[in-house]
Amino acid sequence: MPSGPASGARRTTPPTGRERLLTALSRPRLTRGQVVASVLCGLLGFAAVVQVRSTQESGLSGLRTSELVAVLDDVSERSQRLQVEARELELARQELRSGTQSERAAIEEAEKRAEVLGILAGTVPAAGPGVEITIPDPTGDVPAEVLLDAVQELRDAGGEVIQLGPVRVVAQTSFVDDDGVLVVDGQRIAPPYQLDVIGDPATLASSLAIPGGVEERLQQDYDVQLRVERRDRVEITAVRPLATPTIARPAPEATPTPPS
Amino acid sequence: MIAAIGLAIGILVGVLVQPTVPVWMQPYLPIAVVAALDAVFGGLRALLDGIFDDQVFVVSFLFNVVVAALIVFLGDQLGVGSQLSTGVVVVFGVRIFSNAAAIRRHLFKA
Repeated sequence: MPSGPASGARRTTPPTGRERLLTALSRPRLTRGQVVASVLCGLLGFAAVVQVRSTQESGLSGLRTSELVAVLDDVSERSQRLQVEARELELARQELRSGTQSERAAIEEAEKRAEVLGILAGTVPAAGPGVEITIPDPTGDVPAEVLLDAVQELRDAGGEVIQLGPVRVVAQTSFVDDDGVLVVDGQRIAPPYQLDVIGDPATLASSLAIPGGVEERLQQDYDVQLRVERRDRVEITAVRPLATPTIARPAPEATPTPPS
Repeated sequence: MIAAIGLAIGILVGVLVQPTVPVWMQPYLPIAVVAALDAVFGGLRALLDGIFDDQVFVVSFLFNVVVAALIVFLGDQLGVGSQLSTGVVVVFGVRIFSNAAAIRRHLFKA
């Protein structure tokens, strides 16, 4: 294969494409046609780079109307689907939230009931304003029934929680005289008897001082002067064990009502 | 040779200057670039075939660009802009491929 055009010699075969390319590359010919061709190629390079850059940056602004409509359709449909989904999720969240809320409300309600019932049953300690009553009994003559009367009076006067000595006094508490010694709920209590009562201090104090009341009776029959001290805070720490009934069962009720 | 230099210079200027394309030109520029590319490939093939003519190259370049832009413009006016634009790009792609195949045969004899 001939290697290239030899000056003066006749070629036997036409030059190959490669040879032509190499010839064109190696010998720059400055004719007008070449210059114009080069200018056009320059424009092509310039336009190509600009177009590439513009495609990278433009996004929506370079689209045609029909393309934009298609994009808009697509976006609207997606937005609608998402709205439906968002509504469903909100409903679910509301349901869950209200469920938790009503559950929490029920738990709070039950806790409050338990607290109130506990205070009344004597199974939880309590604190509040009230009075401290001291009944000295030097001769040991004061019978149990006087103490019971006092407790009744205090209850009637709004005493909510009563403690006598170390014993929490509730409805079932027994007051017995055993050989001159006061026995409350099976515990022997020695004088001076101390009654801690939670309630309205003024009402409680005046309940014992009524004519014919406990104070008068103690003074006249037993020559004993009780002392009443009002307090802003009486702490009652004695509790009773909770007695679970083995035979009685709660009667079914339509709606639970809090004890008044 | 000079044409290759011109191409390189054009690319360099485009990278450095970074102009923004005016809005009215935006749908036509890519088509014009593809049309010009087809003309260049055609010119390269003509060079390898030994029939390269400067004038033919320039005329075919300009003609391709103008006709392509006109077709796209007409398509936009008629409402089939995107379809015609696609068609033009496809045709130029086919021509570029066939020119490239001829170039390949010349260069690699395969």
